[in-house]
Amino acid sequence: MEIHLILLFMICASIVAVESRDLISSVIALSAVGLGLSLGFLILKAPNLAITQLVVEILCVIILIRATINKDLPLVTDGRWLFNTIATYLFILCFLFFAYRALKELPNFGAPLMRVSQEFITNGMQKTGSSNIVTAITLNFRSYDVLGEAAVFFAGIIGVLVIIRKTGKIHNSENEE
Amino acid sequence: MSLIVKTITRLTVGLILIYGIYVVLQGHISPGGGFPGGIIIALSFIHLLLAFGKDAVLRKLNQAKGVFLASLGAAVFLGIVLGGFMGRQKPLLSQDHFALFSAGRILLCDIAISVMVGTGFFVIFLALVLLNQGEED
Repeated sequence: MEIHLILLFMICASIVAVESRDLISSVIALSAVGLGLSLGFLILKAPNLAITQLVVEILCVIILIRATINKDLPLVTDGRWLFNTIATYLFILCFLFFAYRALKELPNFGAPLMRVSQEFITNGMQKTGSSNIVTAITLNFRSYDVLGEAAVFFAGIIGVLVIIRKTGKIHNSENEE
Repeated sequence: MSLIVKTITRLTVGLILIYGIYVVLQGHISPGGGFPGGIIIALSFIHLLLAFGKDAVLRKLNQAKGVFLASLGAAVFLGIVLGGFMGRQKPLLSQDHFALFSAGRILLCDIAISVMVGTGFFVIFLALVLLNQGEED
């Protein structure tokens, strides 16, 4: 029941974030969506994900407010709105149809079909020594997944630093003068 | 920033840093781990930067040092994982349950990930701030 209320709240907040004219209020509504997502993770009994979502949301909101504080983007409201609206609703209907068909095939919550995960759940603590089963799986049984995530994240850091460095800009302006 | 913000920051920034280290070190016992703990550590530095300006923070951790620390964390994590791949079967720490320094190589992986994530996010934020400063000049 609570999860439905939180989903409704998130949908309302995201509609506000999309439709709002002001960039700052849009960012605030987006942070409300992230808070709702964190609460949803807590209700679904995933505290690891809830902590990560909350902390990353705070950092993203700080960066977005810092980036959008004195800037105003022009809004384009005219154009081919009829074609865009029809295409969007067709895509949503198609997606909902296939999602409904796929969700009916899923096993029940808490009853996994694979025997590998049952082995992890029963023997994970004995084999790894970690009492947090999520950490035991992500950093011991499935450690190469985390290595791939870390590689992607490190490539992201290096890419951002290369794109927004200051030295290249100064060099360019000196050349033009 | 105003005097109130500076005083509150001076009181709370150490607590935020200690909480981040706690979340990193308890990652194999209670919910938490390297990723959220590293971001909490980065948030304490960002808190300091927003309150006291960039000069107070650049004395402690500048951009070159941050990039070096992020690369060091990534290299240590890669070394631990490659060590497991090369067939080192003996766990690096003890296998006792609910002890702080336990759980094989999970704690070492957590510390390496937290160093990489924390300094990486802080360096990105610092680069954005320095870029904005350059445009105003």
